Amino acid sequence: MKMKKKTLSNLITYAIVILAFVLCQWLIASGRMTRSLKGQMVPICVYVVMAVSLNLVVGISGELSLGHAGFMSVGAFAGVIASAWMAGAFAMENELLRLLLAMVVGGVVAGVAGVLIGIPVLRLRGDYLAIVTLAFGEIIRNVLNCLYFSLEGSRLHVSFNNPNLPGTILVNGPNGAKDVAKIATFPVGFALILFTLFVVLNLINSRSGRAIMASRDNRIAAEAMGINVTKYKMMAFVTSAVLAGMAGALYGLNFSTITAAKFKFDTSILVLVFVVLGGIGNIRGSIIAAALLTVLPELLRAFNDYRMLIYAIVLILVMLATNNPTIRGLFTRLVPQKHSGTEIVEAKGGAEE
Amino acid sequence: MVSFLRFLINGISLGSVYAVIALGYTMVYGIAKMLNFAHGDVIMVGAYISYCAMQYMGLPPIVSVLAAMVVCTALGVIIEGLAYRPLRQAASLSVLITAIGVSYFLQNVALLIWGSNPKNFNSVFSVGAIRLFGGELVITSETMLTIAANIVIMIALTLFTGRTKMGKAMRAVSEDKGAAELMGINVNRTISMTFAIGSALAAIAGVLLCSAYPTLQPTTGSMPGIKAFTAAVFGGIGSIPGAMIGGLLLGVIEILGKAYISTELGDALVFAMLIIVLLFKPAGLMGKPMREKV
Repeated sequence: MKMKKKTLSNLITYAIVILAFVLCQWLIASGRMTRSLKGQMVPICVYVVMAVSLNLVVGISGELSLGHAGFMSVGAFAGVIASAWMAGAFAMENELLRLLLAMVVGGVVAGVAGVLIGIPVLRLRGDYLAIVTLAFGEIIRNVLNCLYFSLEGSRLHVSFNNPNLPGTILVNGPNGAKDVAKIATFPVGFALILFTLFVVLNLINSRSGRAIMASRDNRIAAEAMGINVTKYKMMAFVTSAVLAGMAGALYGLNFSTITAAKFKFDTSILVLVFVVLGGIGNIRGSIIAAALLTVLPELLRAFNDYRMLIYAIVLILVMLATNNPTIRGLFTRLVPQKHSGTEIVEAKGGAEE
Repeated sequence: MVSFLRFLINGISLGSVYAVIALGYTMVYGIAKMLNFAHGDVIMVGAYISYCAMQYMGLPPIVSVLAAMVVCTALGVIIEGLAYRPLRQAASLSVLITAIGVSYFLQNVALLIWGSNPKNFNSVFSVGAIRLFGGELVITSETMLTIAANIVIMIALTLFTGRTKMGKAMRAVSEDKGAAELMGINVNRTISMTFAIGSALAAIAGVLLCSAYPTLQPTTGSMPGIKAFTAAVFGGIGSIPGAMIGGLLLGVIEILGKAYISTELGDALVFAMLIIVLLFKPAGLMGKPMREKV
């Protein structure tokens, strides 16, 4: 039986993720992994999911989003509150079940936010769309700074700008949530990556995915073919928001405190850097870039003061190198032309002119 | 009533700073078609240079401002030449990421040189304040100078882009790079010049910003940078009067919103206004509507 090229490529992606997981589990079990690196495992999973979901918007749907961390923060707070509520109201002891349900809640709430934000945002084009996603990211952060949640028995209280709530405070405005039950685990993070890959890769290779990519490559031609461009762009945007929300819930439940300040504009940019360095539209590249770059500052800890500086220089040099015609020509001669993300980048660069 | 006037004047003052920063954004965007995210950090560098010139070398304020302008101009031209020029043909996302890299770079270099402790920026200007309504309404010299500087810069830039040869070349390049090159315009030099002017403006903005809000640290420039960028889009990115009006409106909305609605939500209001304006005028207040061609 001959497999389609795309199926094979997708299987390789799954295989890489599974092998990496097995390798990490082995390293942890045999005690070869340092403590600080072990603590990075869940964040790595979170950022991989964030990068893949952002790639769906930036690479596949072709819209630059600068507010992805906003969905992550919505998911994180929804997940943390849901987890505390389930523990408080139903005395749910099973941590795994609670984590999974909290992730579902985080995804749903972020998805609703995605629909509400997508309606105005997707009417705009290009750089204007980018700045509005940035604006929404900042608005979400500001609004979260004013929200207070508390739990009284099984009743959840919410208030805006009013810290005096009955019962135990769950989310305390700008101080965020404290004493969160740290129930996130690496295997669940791994499962979330697989789920994300399953959703995104199947979406890309479906009729809807082809419609999304057609809208990216030429909006007018796609519309002329009878594709409802707004609907498909919305589909990509909301799917991406849901996945980011789930990742956010996992992230929120991995730390004992969580504040809205953690999801600044810088976080959105960080994820965007993963997507661009991994190759726009290249899902496998996003996974590798996100995993490596999350670990990189940790590995550069020896340089301490200079590590962010090195990070910045690496970023600039990689961008210059990948766009340098000489180096590019050398690279294509070394590696025979393959059907991968670079093609999409070139096609996109051409379409934007 | 008096307090409203006070907030209004504070808003205009903050808005003038945003407007000067936004002018840099809008000129660079209009010509190089790139979002220069490092612009906010050039502001920070300008403020630090001015601070050092006054604090360590004891230079008079006006000289320190000039020094900051010279350093920032050089910095802008160097950044453009080393980081952005090789990417002229690249996809816009690559340029954006490079700009972000430059922004991180500047912040971290500043962190290494000047440390993370905030410096207390002494106001450059001390002319004395105007007191109105029996001393209830105080207009500080910083406020007056900021507004005056804003008006002067605005007039100078309008004359420059309208009347001089270089200004005309800039407008030609922003209209159509290829055609401008065919007309004998040196596109690279024109873009360098734009970065030089934008960065010099950033240095002035840095001094003005830190005179009004005197804590100076390596991240000082990033939030005003983002807001000024918002202001540029608000007014229609690429348009000089647009940047001006966008900056002023944004400053006034921010201060009035913080005073009358909620301190926490001042920034959210600014961004909400931007979204509302873009929904009704997708190219900003003074922007030219984009036409779609097949």
